[in-house]
Amino acid sequence: MRTTFIKTLEKVAARDDSIFLLTADLGFKLFDRFRDAYSERFINVGVAEANMIGIAAGLALSGKNVYCYSIAPFLTMRCLEQIRIDLCYQNLNVKLLGIGGGLVYGLEGTTHHAVEDLAIMRSLPNMTVVAPGDKREAEALANESVRYQGPIYIRLSKEGGIQVHKTTPGLKIGKGFIVKEGAGLTIITAGNLLFTSKSVSDILESKNVKTTLISMHTIKPLDIKLLERCLKTSKAIFTIEEHSIVGGLGSAVAEVLLELGYKGIFRRFGLPDRYGPYIGKTEYLRKKYRLTPKAIANSILRVLNYK
Amino acid sequence: MNIEELKKICLEVRKDIIRMLGEAGSGHPGGSLSAVELVVALYFSVMRHRAKEPDWEERDRFILSKGHCCPLLYAVLAKCGYFPAEKLLTLRKLKSPLQGHPHNLEVPGIEASTGSLGQGLSIANGIALAGKLDKKNYRVYCLLGDGETDEGQVWEAAMTANHYHLDNLCAIVDRNRLQIDGNTEEIKQLEPYAEKWKAFGWYVIEIKGNKIEEVLSAYNEVKKVEGRPSVIVAHTVKGKGVSFMENIAEWHGKAPKKEETEKALEELK
Ligand SMILES: Cc1ncc(C[n+]2csc(CCOP(=O)(O)OP(=O)(O)O)c2C)c(N)n1
Ligand SMILES: [Mg+2]
Repeated sequence: MRTTFIKTLEKVAARDDSIFLLTADLGFKLFDRFRDAYSERFINVGVAEANMIGIAAGLALSGKNVYCYSIAPFLTMRCLEQIRIDLCYQNLNVKLLGIGGGLVYGLEGTTHHAVEDLAIMRSLPNMTVVAPGDKREAEALANESVRYQGPIYIRLSKEGGIQVHKTTPGLKIGKGFIVKEGAGLTIITAGNLLFTSKSVSDILESKNVKTTLISMHTIKPLDIKLLERCLKTSKAIFTIEEHSIVGGLGSAVAEVLLELGYKGIFRRFGLPDRYGPYIGKTEYLRKKYRLTPKAIANSILRVLNYK
Repeated sequence: MNIEELKKICLEVRKDIIRMLGEAGSGHPGGSLSAVELVVALYFSVMRHRAKEPDWEERDRFILSKGHCCPLLYAVLAKCGYFPAEKLLTLRKLKSPLQGHPHNLEVPGIEASTGSLGQGLSIANGIALAGKLDKKNYRVYCLLGDGETDEGQVWEAAMTANHYHLDNLCAIVDRNRLQIDGNTEEIKQLEPYAEKWKAFGWYVIEIKGNKIEEVLSAYNEVKKVEGRPSVIVAHTVKGKGVSFMENIAEWHGKAPKKEETEKALEELK
């Protein structure tokens, strides 16, 4: 995803010389082409995230369109207060590219797992929060982000995984995308569990349970219109995300559904509210946290009393 | 503008600060008063700027990194004509744009929202970098408190400015030797202070920061520096001009009461 995103950004930067790319000593080799082509607009600030946010603010105050890159927890938490004041309070055109969203850096351990980032970023006024589900969504959102006014947190996950979209979808920031339409039951996902969610939906279909699948790539502002539609047609709604059960997509959707008067079944699938005892590859961790297609599909069937 | 005129403006600005804080009933007199000469010299002699055109692209930029001292900046901006002087007495009042810490979307002439210490120099770096890349001639000035430089981010920024040879950037440290809880050397030793900046690659000048002549000559000197950023370490007196506030830590963040306000204004005649 990040390679796709950066490649897209390179293309945009060729015709738009307001685009800047800042990194805090990360992205080894990933930026070589950007740096060689636009050396003046590429700044490695060193291992100094707070400083990076300030520099980005200064550039944005001078009319630049700035992208800042680091591993998601460092980018969102080390310098949270700088993001709050320098970017959100002043409502500046700075986009934060957080990589390793979710459990991508499984083996690196809890320091590198980004599982509270959506909740934290979502609480900041003026901040827009997006999480593409695959490369094609990353490409679409990269293009969308360029003209977007104000700060955005863009949660990226590492390359790999299987593409759910056959072609680049026409995504709009703030508008959820219906991947597949079914009846009675809706699955809403954001970010790198898009493929998992699609597999859940396929498993359910094999048991004759039809589902609507929504990629809610924009967690904030949330697409309330689309949720209103879901609420009318669904007797059960499920959210799936590689994020703490606290404050992410599931919470955001629940807040809206409750206020809209939804009375059907609702369940969140995500990570438990604790620092896990497990360290291992992403796949292993997903198994441990029951975030595999099979585990989720079984839970859903149980909730629906199919078993 | 000659020295005598500048001194007169400094005196008026000090009175404005006292009046504003007296009226508001809260705020930060000590660090506002210590930095008067440093900021007045910039706006009335050193910087190119247009009060009627705050977004003029070629303007020199001033970032008040120690945002709690905004009464000083508000008073200076009003005197320059950025907004009417009557506004000053609305400091910290309901619906006033003059908040307890400055917000750039509310007040013309405020370049960046500050108040959380340690962040201004990084922003100044970004603006200075943009100026270099856009081949603009503007200069960037950033005023920090000495206590503020306890913050690690200041030194991240100090390294960046040197790395990019930002000779269009000038930091000014108000070395009044006090922070909230007392003497800077007792809370977290800053000395040897000038040497720290030198070690980070900066061109350093030390001056008496409440002497307008020294302030002016320092600003002139740093304009000639090439290839690296400059810092003016300005030795000042916190609470300068009001005898009972001078060098007293307590007056960092306390507004004068009615009688105190009158007494202070009397002294500033
Ligand atoms: C990040 C942050 N921490 C704490 C404060 C509270 N605070 C306001 S002023 C101040 C002391 C500043 O001392 P100094 O920089 O020396 O300022 P001056 O003496 O010029 O007033 C503190 C700790 C703050 N505004 N921001
Ligand atoms: Mg001080």
